[in-house]
Amino acid sequence: METSVNFDYAPAPESRAIVRIKPTYGHFIAGKFVTGRKHFPTINPATEEVLSQIALAGKSEVDSAVAAARKAYITTWSKLSGKERGKYLFRIARIMQERAREFAVLETLDNGKPIRESRDVDVPLAAAHFFYHAGWADKLEFAGLGTSTKPHGVAGQIIPWNFPLLMLAWKVAPALATGNTVVLKPAESTSLTALLFAEVCQQAELPAGVVNIVTGDGSTGALLVNHPGIDKIAFTGSTEVGKIIARAVAPTNKSVTLELGGKAANIIFDDAAIDEAIEGIVNGVFFNQGHVCCAGSRLLLQESIVDEVLEKLKVRMAKIRVGDPMDKNTDLGAINSKEQLLKIQDLSRVGESEGGARWSAPCDFPKKGFWFAPTIFTGVTQAHRIAREEIFGPVLSVLTFRTPQEAMDKANNTPFGLSAGIWSEKGSRILWASQQLRAGVIWANTFNKFDPTSPFGGYKESGWGREGGRHGLSAYLKGLGHE
Amino acid sequence: MNFYGLVDGTEASLKKYLGALSGVDQVGADARAAMLATRSIKTSSKRWAIDTAISMVDLTTLEGADTPGKVQALCTKAVRPDPMNSDVPSVGAVCVYNDMVRIARTHLDSIGGEHVGVAAVSTAFPSGRASIEVKIQDTQDALDAGASEIDMVIDRGAFLRGDYIGVFNEIVQIRELCGTRVHLKVIFETGELVTYDNVRKASFLAMAAGADFIKTSTGKVTPAATPPVVLVMLEAVRDFYTMTNTRIGVKPAGGIKNTKDAIKQLVLVNETAGPEWLTPSLFRIGASSLLNDLLMQRMKMDDGYYASPAYVTID
Repeated sequence: METSVNFDYAPAPESRAIVRIKPTYGHFIAGKFVTGRKHFPTINPATEEVLSQIALAGKSEVDSAVAAARKAYITTWSKLSGKERGKYLFRIARIMQERAREFAVLETLDNGKPIRESRDVDVPLAAAHFFYHAGWADKLEFAGLGTSTKPHGVAGQIIPWNFPLLMLAWKVAPALATGNTVVLKPAESTSLTALLFAEVCQQAELPAGVVNIVTGDGSTGALLVNHPGIDKIAFTGSTEVGKIIARAVAPTNKSVTLELGGKAANIIFDDAAIDEAIEGIVNGVFFNQGHVCCAGSRLLLQESIVDEVLEKLKVRMAKIRVGDPMDKNTDLGAINSKEQLLKIQDLSRVGESEGGARWSAPCDFPKKGFWFAPTIFTGVTQAHRIAREEIFGPVLSVLTFRTPQEAMDKANNTPFGLSAGIWSEKGSRILWASQQLRAGVIWANTFNKFDPTSPFGGYKESGWGREGGRHGLSAYLKGLGHE
Repeated sequence: MNFYGLVDGTEASLKKYLGALSGVDQVGADARAAMLATRSIKTSSKRWAIDTAISMVDLTTLEGADTPGKVQALCTKAVRPDPMNSDVPSVGAVCVYNDMVRIARTHLDSIGGEHVGVAAVSTAFPSGRASIEVKIQDTQDALDAGASEIDMVIDRGAFLRGDYIGVFNEIVQIRELCGTRVHLKVIFETGELVTYDNVRKASFLAMAAGADFIKTSTGKVTPAATPPVVLVMLEAVRDFYTMTNTRIGVKPAGGIKNTKDAIKQLVLVNETAGPEWLTPSLFRIGASSLLNDLLMQRMKMDDGYYASPAYVTID
């Protein structure tokens, strides 16, 4: 009998030949690409290679984008029947599927997430959002939201860098289905797939001005939020910026939805299916490098299974394949930016200095790029900063509980309330716990599962409003009878 | 037998032991197996995986129409899977019905195949529907004929009605018959146990009773060795190693027909039980048509093109 050999997987890189990245990009306004005035670089966070120069929109670009959206709303989009709007959405969804590999490769290059995730999660889900909302476009009267609903008009949409294309789909698809036109601003570090989406809008022959995309940084976002020609603001990002936006729109007539931060509890009861719970913990906090607002970043373990779970979790974490995001076998890719890496490193140091016991999976990192090993902190309590602040990285804080009620109290003891996870083989316990937990999304025996039919959003400082499902439609309609 | 100190042979101790096992969430197990199926195994690792998979094959013929000639041909192929290329490793064993054991052993020994085992399917294979006396006699027959490995089936009827101690005692008796020299593989027929909870329970039951290997299926029932079932069994042997410091082998059988399927199995092993299990002494694949696909993929890697099926032998 031969001796066993370590089954190292040879590199299996996805080819980047399918994407053509231009040296510079402009804005997409009124159906055309408009040359920008100022530019800033966008890099591949796995290599620090400059991929392209992205235009920085100032007042004039935002003004013309909003004007184009207004004009399109008045002259075309609001005049089309739901059925006709639906056709455009179906067409966009189909083109996204046809160009799925191109989107996946571009997303991975620009964001640093593993190609397996962009290929299997981000892009298929983005297309699914368009398909789902395409179906609603001609059935809005039957959505249970009343028969006299109307679109807001022009929606200003600001999206984050963690799921660039998927967040675009979450925003653009319901807005168009309900009859709004949009001005979208992608995140500063991840504009490329939004600009490829602009090409898809051209390919689908979407009427000019229905979708406008202006790229830029926070200053561009502020121009959009404060623009008098915007009727509705939809924002996904940090709670800090969410509060600024809420203040800015408070004295105006603008509608607003906010999808903000989280510090979700992932609660493992002693009767859970342990091996699947381990997978759920890993998927909960290491999915997308932990750059997930609903990440299960606080693990609550029942006292009697702490040793078993931690031992198994460390074995499992050591198997997470960290490295080149373009390799099809990579599980954990690059941290999206140097700035984010510094924030994760900083909060991890705080965790150590506050007495948390740190354990990181052993990893060999590529020489360049931004990397952080999958990490857990044990001995964490509610009083630790790493149990309270959103780290937005592959860092898990482990807390313990003795009684189910203690788990609920600890889970709810946070200003956030975006998501929570319950692991138990006992159905009655799952139902009881899901009624106690103050979070917008509660997963039982799974985590980080997304579907366009399911509403997503937060309690407390995790946000206002819902995205997805019938609930998500209401965010883009007025005349619901409760304004 | 002390059953690793886990049970004392009484029904009460067995119930307590099995009752302490955590459940398996079906959705989660399916998702994990599906994720591992996306691993992309290329170039040097694919080559290594193909040769490793060949060395793990239990080359099987279990037909009513089997003839001595067919079994001899199978043995020849087992020793030297590609007659034109001596670099190809021998398979792990041949797997036949009892009456073919002596024919297989004699032929293997006569062609320099002493290193290839002969596995006999016993205990009223495939249904297991016979008295324990008959099962013992069946196994003794195979041992007398020179079997080096016994693939026994459990009594699924007893298992499903909750007579775990009955199943346990049968395995213990066959184990005693096999002694320490002959490898005992215990077949669950997971397609009949249906749930992953049952698969996990059967795994721990068989391991405590003295199995050297736990095996998914007879090949006569579908579904057979699905990736999630193998995942659950690999988790069981990994956990059993933590408890007892003993490594038990796993043998998926049935439905693994091509190289892609086989490599998926090796990925499951690597990322679940761990690389220590990537040896024919701890992982076997029960198959018949798989070997030819492995050989054709191997030729393709060497030559750069797919050969006609005429370049591999039909039996």
